[in-house]
Amino acid sequence: MPHSGENLPMATSVSEKLVSLRNAGIEREGRWLVRGVDLSISRGEIVTLIGPNGSGKSTTARMVSGVLKPDEGRVEQARGLRLSYVPQKLHVDWTLPLTVSRFMRLTARLDESAEIHALEQTGIAHLRHSEIRNLSGGEFQRAMLARALARKPDLLVLDEPVQGVDFSGEIALYELIGKIRDEARCGVLLISHDLHVVMAATDQVICLNGHVCCQGTPTAVAASAEYKTLFGTRAAATLAVYQHHHDHMHLPDGRVRHADGTVTDHCHPDDGHHHDHDHEHDHEHDHEPGHEHGRDEGKAGTKNAG
Amino acid sequence: MLDDFFIRALVAGTGMALIAGPLGCLVVWRRLAYFGDTLSHAALLGVALGLLLQVSLTLAVLAVCVGVALVLLVLQRRANLSSDALLGLLSHASLAIGMVVLASMTWVRIDLMGLLFGDILAVSLQDIAIIWIGGGVVLAVLATIWRPLFAATVSSELAEAEGMNPARSNLVFMLLMAVVIAISMKLVGVLLITAMLIIPAATARRFAKGPEVMAVLSALAGIMAVAGGLFGSLSLDLPSGPAIVVAALLLFLLATALPGIGRRKRRENPGTSGGQA
Repeated sequence: MPHSGENLPMATSVSEKLVSLRNAGIEREGRWLVRGVDLSISRGEIVTLIGPNGSGKSTTARMVSGVLKPDEGRVEQARGLRLSYVPQKLHVDWTLPLTVSRFMRLTARLDESAEIHALEQTGIAHLRHSEIRNLSGGEFQRAMLARALARKPDLLVLDEPVQGVDFSGEIALYELIGKIRDEARCGVLLISHDLHVVMAATDQVICLNGHVCCQGTPTAVAASAEYKTLFGTRAAATLAVYQHHHDHMHLPDGRVRHADGTVTDHCHPDDGHHHDHDHEHDHEHDHEPGHEHGRDEGKAGTKNAG
Repeated sequence: MLDDFFIRALVAGTGMALIAGPLGCLVVWRRLAYFGDTLSHAALLGVALGLLLQVSLTLAVLAVCVGVALVLLVLQRRANLSSDALLGLLSHASLAIGMVVLASMTWVRIDLMGLLFGDILAVSLQDIAIIWIGGGVVLAVLATIWRPLFAATVSSELAEAEGMNPARSNLVFMLLMAVVIAISMKLVGVLLITAMLIIPAATARRFAKGPEVMAVLSALAGIMAVAGGLFGSLSLDLPSGPAIVVAALLLFLLATALPGIGRRKRRENPGTSGGQA
């Protein structure tokens, strides 16, 4: 399922890059919401962002979408990129008369068959003429996903796309996202808490906690026994991933315990980048596989066996 | 035919209602009623400056409204005040400055009531030409930017991500508002313009399944209000501007009181659209 096995010539694979972030960061009121993010999404690839609350997942998705301009670093979208975005929150005011059908056409002209097809894919074709504000939470998420799909995007940015959807529907929607990726060869950036469901279809996982903590392919991990114990419960999931990859550990309160036992507020403080230094140091002297950091773009994709 | 003052008033009022309808819907959807008020208060300052500099009043009003809209955009980005406080500041400051300037021009005799409440029965053929040509331009521009403007109304973030330009749509929308206020001031007066934006749109909401339908219905409701108000004004000898607004209000009350279709829609489903976790 992962596309790492494809033997694309270098030039092609470079040109297939849909969007790339280089050392990108967003600062608000003197605080970095997220900083030093390196990531790229290629055609046919599903990249999943995980991380605790406030770790900058949505901020990163907004940078990828071009809604937020980075205060540091660069965001490059491929020329003429057709992007579909499913935001985490969308409130439709009651003064707005808006049916599902009109919502589908919000940013694109659609012919009727394309609209119905997308609604059928997400299983809400029967709600086509319903008012948006009378939909349930799960139905609304399906409508948002259908709208995004109907645009036939090159890149899908999905911020918690299955929130409020029941469990079986959740699996079906993730399968749909995987299928769309395979059929339409679009790239997908996915933000999700539901690691145990998402991981199977994901090509690359990026863990955020104000910066890129680690990234790599999840398949090797997912197949291993460790994965099953680590990801057995949702609560342990995000924390476990960090522990697994790093010499430092993110405590539940957001602080960081380093290998030497010291505890700091962040692993990427504004001042001296001491965290970076730590890691470069690690890379020189510690060749454990999977011990790569988000900064090392070239090494991204290393298996996280451990 | 247009010699008759009543027919002229009807034609002018219809032109105003046609543009106020769709723009009024956007004002309601975007919760910009107070913005409309601010611009119309600023219109009074425009009149004062127009008289002072001896230029066309419509142009002066337009210029001041555009200026206030731009100042608001800049202040929203810079100042640490909430939008409504900023609007209140701009609204009443421009109203007060306008009154001061008007009062200081002792050589000008001005019908203040006419400015505040309009004088639709006094519209000239030239006014009608301004209303219909200006209104045509407004509707044409609005039709051109409708899709991005509406998308940005639903979600600015989503529109931006999907390659639209909400900032540009918003700017154009604000300029259109300024034009509408400059055009309608003479008809219903600065104090009642916002009513013509909001009340027909509120009336139309109940019957509309989609945004475009609501825009059209809102224009129709506005035309009915203009016609009703003018007839009432003629037969009962009422001031025409307020009579039009009262007619719009009666239409709204009638629409709200009508049994049927509206009731079912009221059935609210909590937590529907937010998708809030």
